[in-house]
Parts: sequence; C-alpha cells; structure tokens
Amino acid sequence: MPILTVNKLTKSFGGLTAVSNVSMELNHGELVGLIGPNGAGKTTVFNMLTGIYTPSSGNITLSIDGRDIRLNGKKPYKICKAGVARTFQNIRLFKDLTVLDNVRISMHKNIKYGLLHGMFHSRLHSDEEKRLLDKSIELLSILKLDHKKDELAKNLPYGEQRHLEIVRALATEPSLLLLDEPAAGMNPAETAKLTEVIGWIRKHFNLTILLIEHDMSVVMKICERIYVLDYGIVIAEGSPDEIKSNQRVIKAYLGEDMRNA
Amino acid sequence: MKKLADIKGIKKWVALLLTYAVVQLLVSLNIINDYIMATLTTICINIILAVSLNLITGFTGQFSLGHAGFMSIGAYTCAIIIMRYPSPVSFITGLFLGAIFAALLGFIVGLPTLRLRGDYLAIATLGMAEIIRIVFLNLDITNGAAGLFIEVQYTNWLWLFIFTTGTVILITNFINSSHGRACISIREDEIAAEAMGINTTKYKVIAFIIGAFCAGIAGALYASYFYFIKPDLFGFLKSIDILVIVVLGGLGSISGSILAAFLLALISSLLQSFPEIRMVIYAVLLIVIMLFRPQGIMGSKELSLSAFKSLGGIFERRNGGER
Repeated sequence: MPILTVNKLTKSFGGLTAVSNVSMELNHGELVGLIGPNGAGKTTVFNMLTGIYTPSSGNITLSIDGRDIRLNGKKPYKICKAGVARTFQNIRLFKDLTVLDNVRISMHKNIKYGLLHGMFHSRLHSDEEKRLLDKSIELLSILKLDHKKDELAKNLPYGEQRHLEIVRALATEPSLLLLDEPAAGMNPAETAKLTEVIGWIRKHFNLTILLIEHDMSVVMKICERIYVLDYGIVIAEGSPDEIKSNQRVIKAYLGEDMRNA
Repeated sequence: MKKLADIKGIKKWVALLLTYAVVQLLVSLNIINDYIMATLTTICINIILAVSLNLITGFTGQFSLGHAGFMSIGAYTCAIIIMRYPSPVSFITGLFLGAIFAALLGFIVGLPTLRLRGDYLAIATLGMAEIIRIVFLNLDITNGAAGLFIEVQYTNWLWLFIFTTGTVILITNFINSSHGRACISIREDEIAAEAMGINTTKYKVIAFIIGAFCAGIAGALYASYFYFIKPDLFGFLKSIDILVIVVLGGLGSISGSILAAFLLALISSLLQSFPEIRMVIYAVLLIVIMLFRPQGIMGSKELSLSAFKSLGGIFERRNGGER
C-alpha cells in the first residue's frame, strides 16, 4: 500500500527544467534511496515534497490511514502537520538555541495549551511542558544526546548536529521521514553507526523513509529500493543489486568514456 | 519540587509588593518629588515599549520601526476618552480600548507586511507609523498639529507599577511558552521553523499584535501623565529611541531592555546640567557602548536570581577567607 505517490512531478526555474516527469511510489514501511550525481535534482524533489518549492506540474499524494492528502502547493508547515518531516543537506538547526529547545520547537504543533495558558503559565501549561520535556529527553536519548540537552546547538560536534537534525525531525511525529544526505561529512565509523540508527528508528517508530545519500555504503546496505535521478529524470529504479549492474546508472556516474577505458 | 517552585513564586510576589510599597511610601513622604516621579514614569513607559518591541525585533527577529505609531494610537484613544468623561474608570477603559485599537492595527498592518523581510519590513512599518502621524495631524478630533491638552492626571505609581510589571511578566511568560519558542525559531531559521510545523506567518502576526497592544498601553499611560500630546511626539525619532533601548539592552533579553531603560534615563538626567552638549555626550556614550558591547548590555542572556546567588557565593567565600 503506497504512502506516498509522486506522479509526473516537474519543476522549472525559468528556462531550466531541474526535475522533469519524476514518478515515484513509496510503500508503507519501506526505506527507499534517491541517488544521482551532483545537480541531478534530488534536493529539488525534496523541496517540492516538503512545500518549500511549488511544483510546476504533477501531483504529490500522501495516503495516511486510508485518507489521501494532496501535498503540492501546500505550505511547508501544513505538510509537516500532515506527517512529513525532513532533515536538511546543509544543516539548518536553530543554532543559538539549546539542544532541548531545538527538539521542543518541533513538538509545538502538537501542544494542547493555547496562547493565554502560555502567558499566564496555567496548570495546563506546566503539565504540558513537563510532557514535552520528558518526551524530548526520551527522543534525545535514542541518539545519546540527552546529556547535552542544555548545550547550544552550534557548539555540538558536526556529527552530533546531524544526529540532532534527525531527532528534531522525529519530534514532529512523522509517518514519512525524508533524510537529505544524513551521512555527509561523517567518517566511516560514524557513518556505520548512523546506518544502524536509521534502521532502528524505522522499526521503532514504524516509519517510511526516503533517503538522499552519496555514500554508497549506506545506500546499498539499508535501502530496499533505489531511484536514480540524472539531469532531473528518473533513469533507473530497482533493488540495490539491480542498480549496481544497471548500465545507464554506471554511465551517469562514471561517464560515457569509461567503457573504452 | 512543586513546593520549592511555590516558595520561589511567593518570594517573587513579596519582592514585587515590597518594591511597590517602598516607592509608594517615598512618594507619600515626598522624598520622591515631581521631577523624580516624572523620570520614573518615563522609565516605566520606556520599559513597556522596549520589552514589547524586543518581542517583535529581538525574539521574533522582525525589524520594526513603527512602534511609536502604535503608541500614539493608545495615547490619542485614551486622551480623547478621558477628556470627554474624566474619571478613573474611563481612564482604564480608554487605556484598554487604545491598546485594543493598536493591536487591531498591528493585525491589519502585520498580515500583508510581515511577508517582507529585514530592511523591507522596516521601511513598511516606518511608513505605517508616518501614515498614523499624518492622520492624527489632519483629524479634527485630535486637534491637528496643536495637539491635545488633558487636564487631569490619572497615571500614578499604582497604575504604572501594575502595567509595567504586568507587561514584563506576561511577555516573559510568553517567551518561555511553546508559542514563544515558535516565535524564536522564526528568528533563528524561518525555513527550518516552517518545515518543523510552525505557521511562521501566524506567529509573526501574534508577536506583532502583542507588541502593538503593549505599546498602546504605554501610550495611554503617557497621555494621562504628561498632560499634553501632539503628533510630532510619536514620529520616527520616538521609534528610534525605543529601538536604541532594545539594541543597547540586547536583542532577545527582557532584563537587558529594563536595564537599558534605566541606564538611558539615568544618563540623560545626569546630563541635564550640560544642555549645550547633552545630545553630543549622549550619542558618544551610545557609540562607545556599542563599540565595546555590540551585542548589547545583556546579549541574549537574562539577568536571573541565580546570577545574584553566584555573585553572593563569591562574596561569601571571600568573607570566609577573611575569617
């Protein structure tokens, strides 16, 4: 049963078509990779899925609990409320806030008290804040960040900043998680650990994950299916083994001349 | 834990009541004379203005140059009402009505303009304040450029104290609630905030409305203390004055705004005796402070009781050493 259906998605910037007729289907509980050379349009697809860009044409449909929600043209916060969360390729944490606040802000969409309760710090406010705090610490402890909850996000080491981005996305209680190059800039040991974590959160939170990644060791190891983008077009789709031996993919990554070399 | 928080809360209220009572005593003993009281009133009004502008500019990150415009709405509304029906009840009615009108205008102006960013928003809010000033300059009911004389003074230490502490407490509470964190996330990274489910337009407008409401209160307090208002009092320069307090105290620090409001009043009253070079010294002082502390007196930190406690700890240790 598909949770996300992308139908002939196209985005042009002026005369340049960054993404052209991309169609994808993600089934519930799947971990799908989206790969391709630099500038292939992977992040543009993500930005359309999360509402940062409006698609020029095509359809994005999210199906949760038998309800279909059309996502294209919706504002990012509405898409987040519908159950789609993401991380960013170039880390976009709230740098000058604490680790804890970064997570609590993501939980804002589910708080149960209104503006006046907040201004007068009512009982409901303190009960809810307690719940937020407990839940934030629980989520942070998954990636072993709970003991750093009072540190400013900008003071975390690079790898932990990437981890915090994942925790922050999880805090929005998504059904579909989009990870944009989560292993970028990590060393092999960190990458291996991250791969494990991604597998674990998928099971634990019953998530569907779409992953952009350059590190093939991650993609080939955990993805069940892979879509390959090149110049904005899907050139291949299949299991990791099929993708590895696909001639068009090899050509896109290594260039035309490699066969003669 | 719960009990401890209660004790802390009670302590806070006792400290507040004590502050009120001591000043009230000094006023009735005439130790605080009219001149000091006027300075104190200016300080209180500036605290309300600066803290509310800090919510918009320091916490939500929206650069506004129109705060004096909202203030003037409160001032004129309250002045017109108490001139017609001079009584304490109509003063409070006028004050809240003025604040509500200011908030309403904040909503109407905020909805379209808060799509703008940075300098564009600053220009738009500046334009709004100028329009308000011109409107007051041309209406009959506001008596144009000549302004309004209000014969009775209703603003006293009790009201000043209630509204100043009220504003500070409510805005501080707001900042420490989930809604306040939503506002702060907009300042930090608007795209990320939106992607994490924050309706950024809604929270920008909310910050704008709360800020405008408080500025309206400040205006009403001003009108019924200083007897006289005219449109020129609420021009561009007044907005800049408020912004100076906020920046000097530290963008994103409530206690910084309070401290800066006191400091600036102190500096300007100390300089009273040098009228010729007063503004020059004032400007030089501002430049010097900004050079040595570009993030403002407090940065984005807050002055807290625990800070005093750690200071106290140092003294205790010293005393212990002497013994």
